[in-house]
Amino acid sequence: MNVAANHTRPRKLNLKERYNHLTRGLDWDFSYQPKEKVFPFSDYEGIKIHDWDAFEDPFRLTMDAYWKFQAEKERKLYAVIDSFSQNNGQVNLSDARYVNALKLFITGISPLEYAAHRGYAHVGRHFPGVGPRIACQMQSIDELRHAQTQIHTISHFNKFFDGMHDPWHMYDRVWYLSVPKSFFDDAMSAGPFEFLTAISFSFEYVLTSLLFVPFMSGAAFNGDMATVTFGFSAQSDESRHMTLGLEIIKFMLEQDEANVPIVQKWIDKWFWRGFRLLSIVAMMTDYILPKKVMSWRESWEMYFEQAGGALFRDLSRYGITLPKYHEMATAGKDHISHQTWATFYQYTHAAAFHTWTPSDAEKAWFTEKYPDSFAQYYGPRFDHWEKQQASGDRFSNDGLPMICQVCTIPAIFTEVEDPTRISLRSCEHNGEKYHFCSDGCRDIFLDEPEKYVQAMLPVSQIFQGQCGGAGLSEVLDWYHLNQGADNCDHLESRDAAMWEQWHRSGKDPA
Amino acid sequence: MSSLVSIVLQNTDDARAIIDAVMTDNPEAVASRYPAMVKIDSPGELVMNKASIADRLGRDFELQEIHLCLVNISGNIDEDDDRIVLRWNS
Repeated sequence: MNVAANHTRPRKLNLKERYNHLTRGLDWDFSYQPKEKVFPFSDYEGIKIHDWDAFEDPFRLTMDAYWKFQAEKERKLYAVIDSFSQNNGQVNLSDARYVNALKLFITGISPLEYAAHRGYAHVGRHFPGVGPRIACQMQSIDELRHAQTQIHTISHFNKFFDGMHDPWHMYDRVWYLSVPKSFFDDAMSAGPFEFLTAISFSFEYVLTSLLFVPFMSGAAFNGDMATVTFGFSAQSDESRHMTLGLEIIKFMLEQDEANVPIVQKWIDKWFWRGFRLLSIVAMMTDYILPKKVMSWRESWEMYFEQAGGALFRDLSRYGITLPKYHEMATAGKDHISHQTWATFYQYTHAAAFHTWTPSDAEKAWFTEKYPDSFAQYYGPRFDHWEKQQASGDRFSNDGLPMICQVCTIPAIFTEVEDPTRISLRSCEHNGEKYHFCSDGCRDIFLDEPEKYVQAMLPVSQIFQGQCGGAGLSEVLDWYHLNQGADNCDHLESRDAAMWEQWHRSGKDPA
Repeated sequence: MSSLVSIVLQNTDDARAIIDAVMTDNPEAVASRYPAMVKIDSPGELVMNKASIADRLGRDFELQEIHLCLVNISGNIDEDDDRIVLRWNS
């Protein structure tokens, strides 16, 4: 009992040693099947990997640490969600208009989190190297957590506000939700290396900061503590995902020179697809947040021009350049939020969230933040619609728009050199004519036409009778859009009437 | 011109100590405050030292705890038991 132990306790392993044990020592070789049968997707994209052990997660996260920190994040988040709902936090938002951002979030973004969960589970199985496999498996679990926490958080708002009752059904059917859906389906139906370039690098590293950082800070400014908390809880995983994105790109580039042109082509493609997808985030940032933190233009400058510029300077030593058409995306910073909101205003009868024309104070803010575009091109249009609406002649567009074959966005964006002219491109393939919103989308089509001829274009589907019927009302029913409640102007909505009751007549929200 | 590396942290109680440590250990860093978060930019490199953070928190601090309040990063990461370094190689 009292005899001192004659051995010393082994030294505790440091971070690098623990990570190396996890990612080097635990894998095994296969004796019953050849490697190419175990990992059937690892070669066909043409990416050459000579040494999988050269991949290292710079955070060196091991499973024990992963579970510990993720559990702590969940405990913090669910305490906030409980507190928010117990205290009727929705009453303290800046304005009911804000909730329309959550409607877009739960129908257009949360399903992407779930798609990412599936995508990372797939590539996390199919990479021959252990380091990337573990990083992808952790990310797959993270993405499932994001989908779940978003559903849990937003379910509280669904008790009071319209438009959030059937997000997964809507994601599969509603015309504007084909944009995020086609983006992710495109990535998931690519090979594992393209998937990581698409989602981990181009989307997470280069572009999602524009969603989660300024928008979530905006949610905080608009009194939505619950959304800020799930947003930042997700974003704390996102930093690790971004790191995977950067490391996998560097890994591919360092493994073989022949990988460089393949990676550059994917960066070009996925930057452009991601930029188009973000037009909806641009609109959320500028138009849907009642209290503004920063304009879309400022966000673009901070997170793409500055941070992306530094990133691509760093990658230039591998021969990687800024994505093709990045100048066009940067020119778009003055326009895309206004053009997208104007489109939803015209099609408000067919959207599962409400729209409005900006207030005078908002117009003044836009004029200040967009000195080269708002007063000249967009302010007068909103003024005109406002006058029409005041005289009982609210403008809505009954035609169905031409849709881009690749991004599936209606052709609403304009030429860089002339913001009054719609940008349209086309090409012929096997005797059929295909239409595009931009050179970027047409290039993507021309590289893989057999993939994109299969795109689900909502307008074509409606005309073919695939969407519940020939009339608007039947199509909206097929979307599960609750007509007269989910759609049309905010001012005349049930959301606005309920908000008015809470704040003017002191009605108990419970 | 050297590129800026950046880190964005939530405005939490622990993050205050981290921000304070980072700003002291990186004299060229600049902090910008936004609702719910702080963005720190630094030319070329940014170091987060475990000892400086633990000192301010008055308790032991595992560097990986930073994952609880991290919002965003820009730069290549290198982490060991004592410090996290963020840098661009260009």
